[in-house]
Amino acid sequence: MSVATIFEIALAAVVLGLGIWTTAVRDTYSATVGFVVYGLLVALIWVRLDAVDVALTEAAISGGLGGVLLLGAAARVRDAGFMAAEAPGKAARVSAAALSMLTAAALTVAVFLLPDSASTLAPAVVAHAWATGLTNPVTNVLMAFRAMDTMLEKVVLLLALVGVWSLARDSAWGGRPGPRHQADPNGVLVFLARLLPPIGMVVGIYIFWTGADHPGGAFQGGAILASMWLLAIMAGLTDTPPVNRRRLRLLLVAGPGLFLVVGLGGLWFGAAFLAYSPALAKPALLLAGTPERSAQQ
Amino acid sequence: MTAVRVFGVCAALAVGLGLFGLITNPQPLRKIIAFNILGSGVFLLFGIVGRHGAASGIGNDPVPQALVITGVVVAFAATALAIALLLQLFQRAGSATLRNGAPRSAGSDPPGG
Amino acid sequence: MPSPSPTLDATTSTGFLLVLSIVVPVAGVLLAFVLGDRYARLVAFAVIPLGLAVTVAILVVLPQSDGPIVYLLGAWPPPLGIALRADGLSAVMLAATAAVICTVAVFAAADFSVATGNTRAPFAFWILLLATWAALSTIFLAGDLFSLYVALELLTFAAVPLVSLEGRTETLRAAMRYLLFALFGSVLYLLGTALLYALHGTLDVVLLSRGVSAEPAGLIAAALMTTGLLAKTALFPLHLWLPPAHAGAPSAASAILSGLVVKGSFFVIVRLWFNVMPGLPSSTAMQLLAALGAAAIVLGSIVALCQERLKLLIAYSTVAQIGYLFLMFPLALGAGKLESGGALAGGLLQTISHATAKAAMFMSAGSIYATLGQDRIAGLCGIGRRLPISVLAFALGGLALMGLPPGAGYLAKELLLQAAAERGQWWWALALQTGGFFTGAYVVLVLTYAMAPATEPMRVNKTVPRIAELAALALALCSLLLGLVPWSAYLPIPNGDELERLRLGAFLKMLIPLLGGAVLAVLLGRLELPIRGSPSWKAMLAAISPIRRASLASGALVERCDNVLRQWPTACICLLSLAAAFAAAMRIAF
Repeated sequence: MSVATIFEIALAAVVLGLGIWTTAVRDTYSATVGFVVYGLLVALIWVRLDAVDVALTEAAISGGLGGVLLLGAAARVRDAGFMAAEAPGKAARVSAAALSMLTAAALTVAVFLLPDSASTLAPAVVAHAWATGLTNPVTNVLMAFRAMDTMLEKVVLLLALVGVWSLARDSAWGGRPGPRHQADPNGVLVFLARLLPPIGMVVGIYIFWTGADHPGGAFQGGAILASMWLLAIMAGLTDTPPVNRRRLRLLLVAGPGLFLVVGLGGLWFGAAFLAYSPALAKPALLLAGTPERSAQQ
Repeated sequence: MTAVRVFGVCAALAVGLGLFGLITNPQPLRKIIAFNILGSGVFLLFGIVGRHGAASGIGNDPVPQALVITGVVVAFAATALAIALLLQLFQRAGSATLRNGAPRSAGSDPPGG
Repeated sequence: MPSPSPTLDATTSTGFLLVLSIVVPVAGVLLAFVLGDRYARLVAFAVIPLGLAVTVAILVVLPQSDGPIVYLLGAWPPPLGIALRADGLSAVMLAATAAVICTVAVFAAADFSVATGNTRAPFAFWILLLATWAALSTIFLAGDLFSLYVALELLTFAAVPLVSLEGRTETLRAAMRYLLFALFGSVLYLLGTALLYALHGTLDVVLLSRGVSAEPAGLIAAALMTTGLLAKTALFPLHLWLPPAHAGAPSAASAILSGLVVKGSFFVIVRLWFNVMPGLPSSTAMQLLAALGAAAIVLGSIVALCQERLKLLIAYSTVAQIGYLFLMFPLALGAGKLESGGALAGGLLQTISHATAKAAMFMSAGSIYATLGQDRIAGLCGIGRRLPISVLAFALGGLALMGLPPGAGYLAKELLLQAAAERGQWWWALALQTGGFFTGAYVVLVLTYAMAPATEPMRVNKTVPRIAELAALALALCSLLLGLVPWSAYLPIPNGDELERLRLGAFLKMLIPLLGGAVLAVLLGRLELPIRGSPSWKAMLAAISPIRRASLASGALVERCDNVLRQWPTACICLLSLAAAFAAAMRIAF
C-alpha cells in the first residue's frame, strides 16, 4: 500500500462522507453548500485520475456555476417545513436503500471485472492528431473526431436557455430577467466584484485559448468568464441584459452557429461535414455559453 | 488496490447515494442535488474507464474525458432548467411540492387549448 | 434492415442527405432564435418544407441503395468518429415525423401567431418544435450511443418547456416531474454506455453488435439502459409523468409529445436490442418487456374509461398504446437474433400508426377544447353538429388505432398476429385482441357523447379556424391510408404484397372490437351514456346493473393502483426493481 494509494483512499472517503452528509442533512442550504464542496473535491479526484481538462470542467461548471444556481435557489425556496410531511414511509425508504445499494454493488462488480487488456482509443487519438495540429488530445476529440456531439451540446445549452426564458410571465417577457441586485457598497461582495473580474477575465481567456495544446478549453474558459460577469451582477454593479436585445441573441447563437457554418464549409470544400481545422473556429467557439448562465439569475 | 479500483468503488457508491437521495427526498431542490451527485458518480465511472485505458503516453483515454465534458455541460443545462422550473413553481404556488393532485380534478377549466 | 452491415467505412454517395436532415432543423432553431419573437413562425414555415423535401429525398433514395445510407462525420471512421446511418427503420420513422410536424405546424399556426400581442409563447413554441425535429432526426440517424444520449437530452429539453408553455401551476408541476424522471432515465442510460465502452472500447452501433456477448457487465449495461429508456417512454409502471404532462400542454404540443417524443426513446430501445446487442440471451427479458406492455394496455385503457376530461382520456390512451408497441419484442427477437422480420415490421408500423392517429386525436380535441372552453366529456353533447370535421378526425384516428383497414394499424396487427402464430406465443395474440377491444371502448365512449344531441344550448368560446380542423383530418386520413404504402421497400415484411390482405372480411372483422368496445364502455364508463332512454334500453341497463356495479368497482380499484404507482417514490422503486429484474432475466435465460 503505497502513500499514493492511502491518499486516494482518504480522498475517496472524504468525498463519500461529504456526499452522505449532503444527502442526509436536514437544512437545504447546508446541503447545497455541501454539494459545492463535494464538487470541488471531486475535481481533485479527476486530477488524480490524470484528467485535468475534466477536473477544470467539473470545478468550473458543475461545482462553480451549478453551485451558484443551487445556492440562489436554496436561498429563495424555503419551505422545508411544509414538505417534511411528504417524506416517504419506512417501507419506501428501506426499499430505496436496498435497491440503491444493489445498483452500487453491481457497478462495483463491473469495475472489478474490467478486462485486463483495456480497450482504449488513446492510440487512435494520438495517431490522428496530425489532422488538427493541436496537441491537447481531449480538444482533438471534442472539436474534430466527435465534433457532432459538441455541436449538439451547444444547441442543448441554447435550448435550455429558451426553456428558462419561456417560463417568464407574459407580462414580463422581453425585459430583464430580474431587478438589479442590491448589495452593501462597502461589503465584501462588492469589493471582490471590483477586484476579481479583471484577473478572472485574463485567466478565463488564457484557459480558453490554451486548450488547444494544454489542459483547458472553451467550456472551462467560458465558465470562468461567465462567473466573473455573474459576480458583477450579483454585487449590483451591472444589470442583467434584457432578453430581447438582438445583440445578446446573436452572441448566444454565435457558438453553435459558427460551428454549423464551418461544418457545412467542410461539407462543400473539404472531406466531409465537420472536417475542418479547429484553429479557425477557436475564437468564437464558446461564446454561446458565457452570457447564458448570467442571464439565468 | 489501484487508483482505478479505489475511485471505481467511490463512483459506485456515489451513484448509490444519488439514487437514494433522488428517490426519497421530497423536496425538488434536494432531488436536483441528488441527481448531480448521481451524475458525478457516472462521470467518475467514465473517468476510471479512461484511466484503465491509459496508453500511448497519455494518462487517461481522451475519448471518455471528452464524453464527460459534454456530459457535465448537459447536466448543468438540465440543472439550470430544473431550477428555473422550481423557482417559477414556488413563486406561483407558494410551495415547491410535487405531490400529485388527483388527475381527475377538473379544477378551473382554463381557456384555450 | 437489422443485420451487421459491412458498409462501415464508406460514406455512400447520398449520405449528405442525412447531414441535411439534422442540419436543416438546427439551422432553423438558430435562425428563429436570432430573428426574434415576430419572425419565429416565419422561420419555422420556411424551414419545414425544406426538411420535408430532405425526408422525401431520403425515402426515394434508400430503396435504390444497396444497404443503409451511411455518412461518416468529419470523414473519421468509427470507432474514433461518429457515423450517421439510415436504414429502413430510420426512413419509416423520419417519414412519420415529417408528416406529424407539418400538420401540427399548420394546426398551430393560428394559435401561436404574434397577432394576439403575446410573443412569449409563439417564440418558444416554434423553436421547440424545430428542436424536437432536430433531436428526432438525430435519434433516427445517429450510429453512436453517446450521440444518441445527447440527442435524447435535446429531445427532453425541447419537450419539457412545451408542457409548461401555458404557465399554469399544475403544468409547471407536471413539467418538473417529467424533467426529473426523464433525467433519471438518461443518467441510467449513460451509466450503461460507460460500461459498454469499458468492455469494447467503442460506442459505435455496428462495431458493438459484433462484440457484445453475455458478460456480467454487458448484462448490467443492457438492463440499465433499457430501464432508463423505459422511464423516458413511460411504459407501465413508469408512466407517472405522462398523463398530467400530455393533458396539461397546449393541444399542438400534446400532439407532438404523444405522437413523436415518446417514440424517440422507444426507437433507441429498438436499436439497442436489434442492432447493438442482438447476441444477448434475451428471451425471458423480452417476455418481461411485453408483459409490462400488456399490463400497460389493460391499466391505461381502464383508467382512460374512468376519466372525465377528454385530454386526460387521450393521454391515458397513449399510456395504453405505448404498451402495444412493446408486444413486438418477444415475437421478433429470439435466441439472440431476429427471428421474425414481420414482427419487427409490425412493431414499426404500429409506432407510426399511433404517432399519426394520436396526434390527429389530440389536435381534434384541441379544436373542441378551444370551441367549448372546456373539455369535459359529459359536456361534449352536440359538438358533432358544431365541429363535424374535428369529430370525424377523432373518429378516424380512433378507428385507425383499432386497426381499421387499410390503416397501418391494421397491417401491424396482422403482422404481429401472424408472428405470434408462427412462434407459438398465443398469449400475445390474446393481448393484441384485448387491446383492440379496449381501444374501441374509449373511442365509442367519446363518440357517443360527441354525436348525441345537445341538451342545452352550447356556449361557444371562440371559433377555430377551418384549416386547423382540416389539418387534424388530413393526419387522421393519413393514418388510415398508411397501409397502402409499399412498406416492403423499407421494412422486412414477409411476403410483400400487403394489398392482398385487404379483403372484405377484414372490414367485417372490425365490427368485433367495435361491439366489444361498446360493451366495455357501458360496463366500465363512469358517466351515464346519453342514449335516448327507450324502455328496452332502460330494462337492459337494469338487468346488467349488478355486473356494471362490479366492473365499476374493479375499475375504481385499478384507478387506485394507478394513483399509488404514480407516486414518485413508488415509481422510482419500480424503476430500479425493473432494472434488477431485467438483469436477472438475462442471467437465467432459457
